[in-house]
Amino acid sequence: MELFLFIVIGGITLISSFFVVFQRSPLYSALFLILTFLSMAGLYLVLGAEFVALIQVIVYAGAVMVLFLFVIMLLNLDNEKREWLTKQTKQKFVGIVIVAAMVPLIGLGISTSLLYSKSQLGAQGTYSPQMAQQVSNTASVASLLFTDYILPFEITSVLLLVAMVGVVYLARRMKKQSLPGK
Amino acid sequence: MLPMSYYLVLSALIFGLGVLGVLIRRNALVIFMSIELMLNAVNLTFITLSRYLETLHGQIYVFFVMTVAAAEVAVGLAIIMLLYRNWGTANIDDINLMKW
Repeated sequence: MELFLFIVIGGITLISSFFVVFQRSPLYSALFLILTFLSMAGLYLVLGAEFVALIQVIVYAGAVMVLFLFVIMLLNLDNEKREWLTKQTKQKFVGIVIVAAMVPLIGLGISTSLLYSKSQLGAQGTYSPQMAQQVSNTASVASLLFTDYILPFEITSVLLLVAMVGVVYLARRMKKQSLPGK
Repeated sequence: MLPMSYYLVLSALIFGLGVLGVLIRRNALVIFMSIELMLNAVNLTFITLSRYLETLHGQIYVFFVMTVAAAEVAVGLAIIMLLYRNWGTANIDDINLMKW
């Protein structure tokens, strides 16, 4: 059952992330990115992380992508020109070679058992599947977030304030604004 | 339970697609979206290992990564909007004032 869910949801994630990159219009890329985020939330549910799946849908698909779509539609961008796949082929070829060399390295490097000793995997951490059935995931995450990770939590609030102030300052309306294209 | 490497290889593939998007595409917004893809791939790795090591610290890190990514998207989109206001284009090939 988990294999079936993994193949379906993981396949949707992979295909839509492929289309994010290889789509001519940025608007279609944004829509495929929303689909990627939603299917990744499904993957998080399969892995048993309900709180993070909810946060993914609310924050990423619900706030970040809305911001993206606002900016895309505000800027009224053109699609990339017709020769977008054939121009600068040498640069693109180098890019593809770099990625083709790097992805197997990463994929094999983090998934083979050379990195993890057998005693570490399946170690009885504090959140075994037995405990996951008694205490809800959100309560457990909260109990950890507000005790051990309270300092990063507070610093994150300052970070959000700084980001907000920066965005308000950057995007303010300036007097005598020249038209784009000048 | 599935072997852990299934999720980790999927995460590596999504990360590779994000890197490909950053290297190949010329539109600033699509590059930014590929960066978000990379961040999501890393989130998937965190949650996979959080489940297979039976601990919750991975999910806490994902929480913070998402918060920082949201703040970064806000600031980055403001910068891209300013870029469009001043240059009239979002194509990074045309924005070459600092090139040698």
